[in-house]
Amino acid sequence: MLYQIFVDPFAQMVSMPDFLIQVIWEGFVAGILYALIALGFVLIFKASGVFNFAQGIMVVFAGLTLVGLHEAGVPAFLALILAIGVMALLAIAVERFVMRPLVNQPEIILLMSTIGMTYFLIGFGEFVFGGEPKQMITEELGLPTGSSAFEIGEQGLVILQHIDIAAAVIAIIMVASLALFFNKTRIGRALRAVADDHQAAQSVGISLNQIWAIVWFAAGIVALATGIMWGARSDVSFALEIVALKALPVLILGGFTSIPGAIVGGLIIGIGEKIGEIYWGPLVGGGIESWLAYMIALVFLLFRPQGLFGERIIERV
Amino acid sequence: MFYREAGQFKTTYAADQQVFPILQDRIGVAVILFIAIAVVPFVANDFFMSAIAIPFLILALATIGLNVLTGYAGQLSLGTGGFMGVGAYACYKLATIFPDVPIVAHILLSGIFAAAAGVVFGLPSLRIKGLYLAVTTLAAQFFFEWCFIRIPWLYNYNASGAIEVPGLTLLGVTVTGPAAGSIPRYYVVLAIVILLTVLVKNLLRGRIGRQWMMIRDMDIAAELMGVRPLYAKLSAFAVSSYLCGVAGAMFVFFYLGAAEPSAFSITLSFQVLFMAILGGLGSLVGCFFGAAFIWILPILLRAGPPMIGIPIAAETATHVTSMIIGALIVAFLILEPHGLARLWQIGKEKLRVWPFPYA
Repeated sequence: MLYQIFVDPFAQMVSMPDFLIQVIWEGFVAGILYALIALGFVLIFKASGVFNFAQGIMVVFAGLTLVGLHEAGVPAFLALILAIGVMALLAIAVERFVMRPLVNQPEIILLMSTIGMTYFLIGFGEFVFGGEPKQMITEELGLPTGSSAFEIGEQGLVILQHIDIAAAVIAIIMVASLALFFNKTRIGRALRAVADDHQAAQSVGISLNQIWAIVWFAAGIVALATGIMWGARSDVSFALEIVALKALPVLILGGFTSIPGAIVGGLIIGIGEKIGEIYWGPLVGGGIESWLAYMIALVFLLFRPQGLFGERIIERV
Repeated sequence: MFYREAGQFKTTYAADQQVFPILQDRIGVAVILFIAIAVVPFVANDFFMSAIAIPFLILALATIGLNVLTGYAGQLSLGTGGFMGVGAYACYKLATIFPDVPIVAHILLSGIFAAAAGVVFGLPSLRIKGLYLAVTTLAAQFFFEWCFIRIPWLYNYNASGAIEVPGLTLLGVTVTGPAAGSIPRYYVVLAIVILLTVLVKNLLRGRIGRQWMMIRDMDIAAELMGVRPLYAKLSAFAVSSYLCGVAGAMFVFFYLGAAEPSAFSITLSFQVLFMAILGGLGSLVGCFFGAAFIWILPILLRAGPPMIGIPIAAETATHVTSMIIGALIVAFLILEPHGLARLWQIGKEKLRVWPFPYA
């Protein structure tokens, strides 16, 4: 038993390095998706202190809007622009009808309101687009398909899907542009001011309502990108909503307020759970992917509660 | 005028410390109990009993369990569904291993397994709070769901992977399984819910309950005054999980009849959390209001339009129901963040000063 836990998996890793690399790559790609979802969480949490459970359904909703518009006969790029417009409308509606009336409520109430929004968006999305999974319009959007194989060593073979590479590139571009946006633009600075201190920001003339609408819109765009990437790998379906909860351990690992933390946390969780599933999963019957991430976060919390990059030391008793 | 304590003098400590010190409350509770015990089973039809009354009572008990933890002890939990599942599977194993022991004993015992699980997953609460704690309870949720799927011993190696409730009798009446009528099931559920509600009410009034509330309101001050956070928090987790476990066991044995692991998914956790929050955190009567609201509203929304002559497809109805519930939850949180229990309180206050607007 001890041999199976402590020796055998490592022996497997060393004896088949190509398979190990393939596993790490799969974990890396899953990690990018977790990171993108976590990024949406972080944006909203930083600016308004709201823990947005609806980020997962926003991803589904954005993806469905895009595909649904295309099915209705709109050309792909116009559909993309329209989907961005829909996310903007959603952001404004959320700010006006949910966030503004709920200002200054305890965080559990805000959390519940986002779960309420989740229910609403699930019903709305199914009502408008139907409940069955849809195929993402990968080719129409000009995203690469197909795969390339790389030979490693004597007879090793690693297969990389082009769409995964594209996802990684898009994620990097997105984080870089967000970082630029936060550091160099006027609105970005206002966002950071709001994140630091609501009252101080308001007293120097920053409109909180406007800022909140903007962060929800930014989170919506991140959601759209996530939806496209996710949809290209599997289908656009409501099952993603549960997967989106994986962003929570990612956030614990990376810290609730750190954008680089979301990315690094996502990659650690993604790669960690894939390796755990492949090499240690069979010992207990497989399928441990569903909770391994939470357990990693749980263990992590005991040693470093503020996360890898988090600034705030959370309260302890 | 209708609800006034004027003239009701307490002459003994016992009278002063009773659960319902006001006469009108005692009459009201007696009337409600009378209706629940002697009127509902004879008036209601089978659909009402098995689809509304029984699950409502069971979910109200689960809501009380969550409310003990979140409303009274201030520890946010998203793992209610998992703990209910632990109770259900424990009860199933007990009932199949010891089929001769009365089912009520199994149900009450199965909560102890859930309580043990709750204490283990409550350990991180000694170091962390709030949303961080929510993540650790999510870990419990997903871990238990996985156990229910991957450990065949738990469902007795059934080919279907589901647990099927055996037909068991209590005092000669079949109370579980497909052969059981709705009225015996209703009485068993009602008896357990009343028993546990009374117990919890008295726990909350006593030393432990006050310690929980101190921890919730300000943990550092509580510790300075001699409350041990370790005991207070873990006992809250234990009691809460016990109630959830019992509710979960009853959910399978008296309502579902057979359950797949997906019956105890995160959706159930959210549903119970909604019941607790809409009912009112930190209120026992609110648990019943919340459970009624969240459980009965979708049934009404589904049954309503066809009744008044609007034909509506079943699928569309489900989607619209989901939308309406989501919107209602948000609206409710905006209009009355303290839940239905606060509305009830306001109503009582109005009755007290009626016919004047204020006293």
